[in-house]
Amino acid sequence: MDAIEVRGLRKTYQGQEAVRGIDLTVARGEVFALLGPNGAGKTTTVEILEGHRRRTGGTVTVLGDDPGTAGRTWRARIGVVLQNADDAADLTVTEMVKHIAGLYADPRPVAEVIDLAGLTEKSRSKIRALSGGQRRRVDVALGIVGRPELLFLDEPTTGFDPAARRQFWDLIRALAVEGTTILLTTHYLEEAEALADRLAVLVGGQIVAEGTPATLGGRASAGAKVSWRSDGVNRSETLPDPSDLIRRLVKEDADLSTLTITRPTLEDIYLNLIGANR
Amino acid sequence: MTAATMTLPSTAANGLARGRVEILQFLRDRTAVIFTLAFPAMLLLLFGTIFGDSYDDTGVSASQVYSASMIAYGILSTAFVTMGSGVALDREEGTLKRLHGTPITPTAYVMGKLILVLVLSVGEAAVLILVGVLVFDMPVPDAAHWLTFAWLFLLSTFACTACGIAVSSIVKHARTAGAILNVPVVALQFISGVFIHPITQLPSWLITVASFFPVKWMSQGFRYVFLPDSMKQYEAAGQWELGRTALVLGAWCVIGLVLCLVTFRWTERDR
Repeated sequence: MDAIEVRGLRKTYQGQEAVRGIDLTVARGEVFALLGPNGAGKTTTVEILEGHRRRTGGTVTVLGDDPGTAGRTWRARIGVVLQNADDAADLTVTEMVKHIAGLYADPRPVAEVIDLAGLTEKSRSKIRALSGGQRRRVDVALGIVGRPELLFLDEPTTGFDPAARRQFWDLIRALAVEGTTILLTTHYLEEAEALADRLAVLVGGQIVAEGTPATLGGRASAGAKVSWRSDGVNRSETLPDPSDLIRRLVKEDADLSTLTITRPTLEDIYLNLIGANR
Repeated sequence: MTAATMTLPSTAANGLARGRVEILQFLRDRTAVIFTLAFPAMLLLLFGTIFGDSYDDTGVSASQVYSASMIAYGILSTAFVTMGSGVALDREEGTLKRLHGTPITPTAYVMGKLILVLVLSVGEAAVLILVGVLVFDMPVPDAAHWLTFAWLFLLSTFACTACGIAVSSIVKHARTAGAILNVPVVALQFISGVFIHPITQLPSWLITVASFFPVKWMSQGFRYVFLPDSMKQYEAAGQWELGRTALVLGAWCVIGLVLCLVTFRWTERDR
């Protein structure tokens, strides 16, 4: 059975359609990224899957249950990393992690979770005194302390510095290796590329492309752009397979110090997709 | 571990853990501690000093009457106002959303709030009784009266907490919660014999209105506990009416609990 199965999901706020018929399947053990501009419906979709919001239409199955009616044993099997919580400011990191751990049947050891989240040095600090990035790491710690089978991460690395982001990626990979299914939303294309087995792009409440980071939006077949300079003029050609062109350039004794071969980045594909669908 | 074999911690255990965390957080907010505990005491000192005269032949001073009645105000303000704005704040800051992502039950959350309110109300009542006894020579009651105090205190606290949580669902923002919640609180103080006693000075229809709400019965009950029996002549019925007090407060506990269950939601309503 798949971890998440969504068919024809719709959500309307006061006549405004935020989500318009989404189909989504996430297999067990998969890391799935949901990309999309602000207001595309990412958070709404995730909150419906978490059971925080009611859907207007469609069917949703998460870990074999409907999140709209599932009970506390179901909640014990999911983990939620909140997007902008501001709670427990007067507790220390250890106190809060210990408190949330106590709500589960078989939590991870508190010190281990704090270490995984990279907060060991801050474990005795009040949450109020943490930086924005550290605050988010507390959210991550609280999301994984219950050993979830399925973890939801809504823009988890917003406000992280590059080093913290790398460390966070390692944590997600480690969880994935343990078999945790992960659904994350993100604005960062490199993050999706670094972590996701598969991803989908959401624009205006609809999925406009779905695939692996290598194949999304026809990326694999988009071809390579070869640029070089010859006789003082910049030249470029875009080909599915640039081999013949390169051989010719070598034979012609062109100035190879100016040669570049580029393929579209995930960001190029993404911008193309959301541009075309706006 | 599969879902079938998972044994989650009991609601009681989770509720106690919530209570511990609620108290810890409250105590770390020094300003809140001082204001919550000191404000009713300050009002008592003011009223007690300004209205120093006695009730005719009974030898009981107005300041002693205030000392007893203000306990009702203390419970009302911590249980009702602190809860109403506290739940609104929990909704705003993400505490409720956080907890809703875990296997905790709503009952455990409410239990935690109730524990916090009980601890705060005990502290508040202790401060008021201390001021009453030390400053205004209020007599210390005997064991039988303390027993009445115990059930009166528990019923009052529970009824006010449940109503506070219920009301929090119509309070949109924590910022304005205090102002909104204080409207019924202040109005009820005036018509329930807390600020103005004997209550018989009020028009009879107003006494009838007050009789539908818990505060009149709370303040009357605390006056029974701390004042001599002769003071009953100044009550609306000329009696202490302990049975009716228990009945009305019990009814409000049930009403509050039902409202609580019907209106409580983990997340903000979808717009």
